[in-house]
Amino acid sequence: MDDLLSARLGFAMSLGFHIIFAAIGIGMPMLMVIAELQYIRTRDEMYLTLAKRWAKGSAILFAIGAVSGTIIAFQLGLLWPGFMRYAGSIIGMPFSLEGSAFFTEAIFLGIYLYGWDKISPKLHVLTGGIVALSGAVSGIFVVCANAWMNNPEGFKLLPDGKTVDFNSIDPFAAMFNRGWFHQTLHMTLAAYLATGAAVVGIHAYMLIRNRESSFHRKALGISLGMMAVTALLQPISGHISAQHVAKYQPEKLAALEGQWETKKGAPLRIGGYPDVETETTKYAIEIPYMLSILAFNDPHAEVKGLKAFPKDERPNPLIVHTAFQIMVGCGSALIGIALLALFVAWRQKGVPDNIWVLRALVAGAPLGFIAIEAGWTVTECGRQPWIIYRVLRTADAVTPVPNLIIPMITFMFLYLFLAAVVVALLKRQIAITDGPHAMDRIHRDEKRDLHHH
Amino acid sequence: MPPLEDIIAGAMLVAVTFYALLAGADFGGGVWDLFATGPRAQAQRDLISDAIAPIWEANHVWLILVITILFVAFPTAFATIMISLHIPLTLSLMGIVLRGAAFTFRHYDVHLDNVQRRWGRIFAITSTITPITLGMCIGAIASGKITDDPAHASFFSAWLNPFAISVGFLSLALFSFIAAVFLAVEAKDVGLKEDFRKRALVSAGAIFILAWVSFFLAAEGAPRVRAGLTGSTWAMIYHSATGLAATAAIFCIWTRRYMIARLFATLQLVLIVWGWAISQYPYLVPETITISDAAAPPVTLKFLFWALAAGAALLFPSFYYLYRLFKGKAAFSIIGDDSPPTNPS
Repeated sequence: MDDLLSARLGFAMSLGFHIIFAAIGIGMPMLMVIAELQYIRTRDEMYLTLAKRWAKGSAILFAIGAVSGTIIAFQLGLLWPGFMRYAGSIIGMPFSLEGSAFFTEAIFLGIYLYGWDKISPKLHVLTGGIVALSGAVSGIFVVCANAWMNNPEGFKLLPDGKTVDFNSIDPFAAMFNRGWFHQTLHMTLAAYLATGAAVVGIHAYMLIRNRESSFHRKALGISLGMMAVTALLQPISGHISAQHVAKYQPEKLAALEGQWETKKGAPLRIGGYPDVETETTKYAIEIPYMLSILAFNDPHAEVKGLKAFPKDERPNPLIVHTAFQIMVGCGSALIGIALLALFVAWRQKGVPDNIWVLRALVAGAPLGFIAIEAGWTVTECGRQPWIIYRVLRTADAVTPVPNLIIPMITFMFLYLFLAAVVVALLKRQIAITDGPHAMDRIHRDEKRDLHHH
Repeated sequence: MPPLEDIIAGAMLVAVTFYALLAGADFGGGVWDLFATGPRAQAQRDLISDAIAPIWEANHVWLILVITILFVAFPTAFATIMISLHIPLTLSLMGIVLRGAAFTFRHYDVHLDNVQRRWGRIFAITSTITPITLGMCIGAIASGKITDDPAHASFFSAWLNPFAISVGFLSLALFSFIAAVFLAVEAKDVGLKEDFRKRALVSAGAIFILAWVSFFLAAEGAPRVRAGLTGSTWAMIYHSATGLAATAAIFCIWTRRYMIARLFATLQLVLIVWGWAISQYPYLVPETITISDAAAPPVTLKFLFWALAAGAALLFPSFYYLYRLFKGKAAFSIIGDDSPPTNPS
């Protein structure tokens, strides 16, 4: 395995690991705040218990999010010093801002998690609101930085075509490049959607086992609301993103659609196997004209194919197209599940507890996170061979330090270890809420926490 | 009015100082967890855990702040450091991550003794190793052995030398000392206060020895820093002030005035960190990269400056609020009643 591949795989693992916890760090505070607001509004103690349970369950996940984010901050330099030397003064700012926003979240999270009995309920929920807001804002900042990698604006190159003109740098223009809005919209919705779907799945499962549980019913109600709203908004956001990519990164569009030939009136491909040897995509279900319509609002618009680009500038369509199909598939499934649940909720005039709906909700639990991983694979692998689109190649940005397979394997074991422990601890947290004596166990657990602090 | 890049470098130094102080105390707490002994060993561990729990995540974000300021404002220095110190930085990183994870897992796992002890061990061992590797990075930078020249680049020699290793152990001693003093203040039980008093005195002794060893090794190992510490009258005065702060801290611990001891210990640490920075000014990476060499364009520095100012305006009050809420007024007082209100057994 060569060092570049080790660096890419290593960084991909770090990002893939961190984003799960980062998304939860955006989605869970929203749920906690809603539950707490419900408590303040209805005075129903169950909502307060729910907020506390969600807080306790998320606390481990926030902590792991913080340490995995630390790894990425270091690895930006450890693996990609060439990129940082080039881009640091252009696009470094959003990383700093993300740091500040995360710092804010960490401080107020400390107050939120440990200050239940130290501050008034209104002040406490305000603290939760700050956690939710700063979480979302820090995600937006860091995605701005990624958007710049796809849409490098805010600087000019010197006549040699390689070196940045030091005096042309405009960090503000770089941060708010033409891609910032569509990327941040899509990722923010994705964070709420994935968290919502996962929480829905857990509580639906518990509701199947504990049909009379008011705790899980309320939990399902709130999380299903967040999941359904975001599931229905996400395809609109996806469409905006697809049109942006069609216009500004035609190779990425060609790769994710498996489009080899440049064609007017290009079809949309569902499924299919892009074959790099024959430069065709086989076995796809093709919907005529659909790609041209979706990408350019014109059934006869020209869509550039991969063959229009030099071989060493084409992303790998097998990876990118497959990942794209997975992402859209998961998203579509989530829309279906959301619509089903909403329909049944409307008919029942309450939180749906039909066993088949609950089973569907359980099945949907991982789909949001799978979609996130697949989506990031699309956009990152779809940008290769560039680390800064059409400006700097990934191969030219990697560190000269040799034997990168060693840290890669080490971190891989670290992530496996962390994942295993997190899953085990979460299972235990969730198990406390299972069975006929759940509320007693929950209250005893709360008392123990109070005593501990 | 100093140039903007110097102000930003100053802001970075402030972040380093806060990290050394707060995260340092955090690490030091882990060291004392490893060396918890005697009849009150469990009480010592509980005190440490309670002290760290609400604030450890916020403490470690100072490190992220240092890294982000470095790569926004001084990207070439950042890249060079990240290449030369790839190995010790990776080791430090693993230590920081394992430590944070172990601490969190101990807190949330079942309260069975063997389980708690397992996480506690990992937490304590990583808390002891990481200050050494981080200190080695500082020592390597101060040594002037980091170079951008690929022909002379080595991935080992900058940090695997006697001076850097000595600075590593000195950092460990400093963090342990700070933690012992802070814990002596926070402990409510007379027995616990005595335990941490002893530990503070032992680590003060270690600091004394290691500081002199580092100073002697600096003659060969870090000539610029050595010259900076002794080269002028002003430097000698500064050096003496640091020594005085240390002596005052030890005297206060000896006479059981822990709150004032905390003030002098903090002052000592701040003076040591600033002494290092001042002695290698204007170099970020002696002998090749100065602050102005590495500086980003003025527009970026201006943007960063205002972002830091806004951040400080937002975060210092929040940070104060956090500490105030969980550590009470005692967190910030220097004069107070050092005797505990009760004597629980």
